[in-house]
Amino acid sequence: MDLNRTPLNEFHKLQGAKMVPFAGFEMPVQYPMGTIKEHIHTRTKAGVFDVSHMGQIAIYPKGGESINDIVKYLESLLPIDLENLGFEKQKYALLTTENGGIIDDVMITKKKDYIFLIVNAANKQEDLDYLHSNIGSKCEIVELKDRALLAIQGPQAAEITSRILPEIYEMRFLDVMEMESEFGNLSISRSGYTGEDGYEISIPGETAVDFSERLLSLGNIQFIGLAARDTLRLEAGLCLHGNDIDKSTSVIEAGLWWSVSKARRPGNDKEGGFPGYDYLKTQLRDGVERMLVGLKPRGRLPIRGGNIIYDHETDGHEVGRVTSGGYGATVQGPVAMGYVNADEVRKNSALYCEGRRSRIPIDIHLRNFVGNRFKR
Amino acid sequence: MKYTEDHEWVRKEGDTFTIGITEYASEELGDVVYVDLPEEGDDFSTGDDVAVIESVKAASEIIAPMAGTIVEINEELVDNPALVNEDPIEKGWFFKIEADDPGEYDNLMSEKEYQELIS
Repeated sequence: MDLNRTPLNEFHKLQGAKMVPFAGFEMPVQYPMGTIKEHIHTRTKAGVFDVSHMGQIAIYPKGGESINDIVKYLESLLPIDLENLGFEKQKYALLTTENGGIIDDVMITKKKDYIFLIVNAANKQEDLDYLHSNIGSKCEIVELKDRALLAIQGPQAAEITSRILPEIYEMRFLDVMEMESEFGNLSISRSGYTGEDGYEISIPGETAVDFSERLLSLGNIQFIGLAARDTLRLEAGLCLHGNDIDKSTSVIEAGLWWSVSKARRPGNDKEGGFPGYDYLKTQLRDGVERMLVGLKPRGRLPIRGGNIIYDHETDGHEVGRVTSGGYGATVQGPVAMGYVNADEVRKNSALYCEGRRSRIPIDIHLRNFVGNRFKR
Repeated sequence: MKYTEDHEWVRKEGDTFTIGITEYASEELGDVVYVDLPEEGDDFSTGDDVAVIESVKAASEIIAPMAGTIVEINEELVDNPALVNEDPIEKGWFFKIEADDPGEYDNLMSEKEYQELIS
């Protein structure tokens, strides 16, 4: 199958990126700097990521309806209070299954006359089909295929990016700003997927290279590959759909109940009304059997997604499974997350992960190993 | 120096052989974050897993290119696994093996054969 290319494909190759297939796209996995240095660069200065493979979807009213009508339709699929979300504000939201599982996790923005969604690359088609089959007769769903998406992340992201776009400096976490610029129409959110402050910029494909070149000319900012994007998000305890969450993991098991707006929770005015609510309500009351937790291996040997977790150093029982694991360059050691039986989590038991030679002792840890530096 | 299909290099010094991974392999692996080395005195047969390299991407094995006994390991890699990326041919060596049959060396790939393999 031919791979799709983002508008920055040639640009990455000129930068010396190593390209790999990812979610149907040819994407940069690392640059000559190497994954560890890219990771550190993002945490200490600023990194820019081409995430144009992600889906950008606009949902418009049709047939004389208004934005408020679309909001109602989307609230039937997403457990958030979109009605009371301000205009030009963004929110993290889950598309839930009837069993309380997770079809995808998305970033949703309420605009004056449409809703803007950013969805995972690997789920783009499934999300589009799902939206079409559920609300497609009532609204117009458009994939914005000609737009690129750049994430700029790190403690210097605001200072550097605002030298090109001064008006974005004062934005706060999850604010959105749409503007006309010399690079055409931009939609910018103060958000990201690294635990750092920064922006995600939706930009016309034809100006994405110009904008990138301008950014790099400012210094202290580098393009960062998908490998470092993965270690950055893992170290910050952020879930990757397809690894840590999917249709078989409930919102509560995944520890993502915080993303369900208060108004949609039991006893509130807009309680329920989204797929899987009854199931999740039962899990809230009765508890869950497993929980997604951070895992910190003792020592330096990394553990990896798919590794089995046991309750004893030898023999014993399987009590969990690693979903993501790797090396955290900022904490300078292995970091991971995975599902562990709730009993073991409550007891804070000593756990052991399968290794090549012997089991590796691991401790349950906060999912976020580095803290956040969002601009609230 | 000779090479294996597993992208290891083998350097002969009498009946002792030093083993590491090639530049090509170190680039393919990405940044190395941990090296699990054997112990001095361990015996291996040809084809055994001797060491494990953990990179930012994944784990991979170092496979014994010849049978023998480990006589020295590169302790520096324990604290500084990045040497495997920075200098795979010199400072990034893994271990030295005293071969049971030094003749096994002759079966390994020449530089030219290895270059053909990776081109």
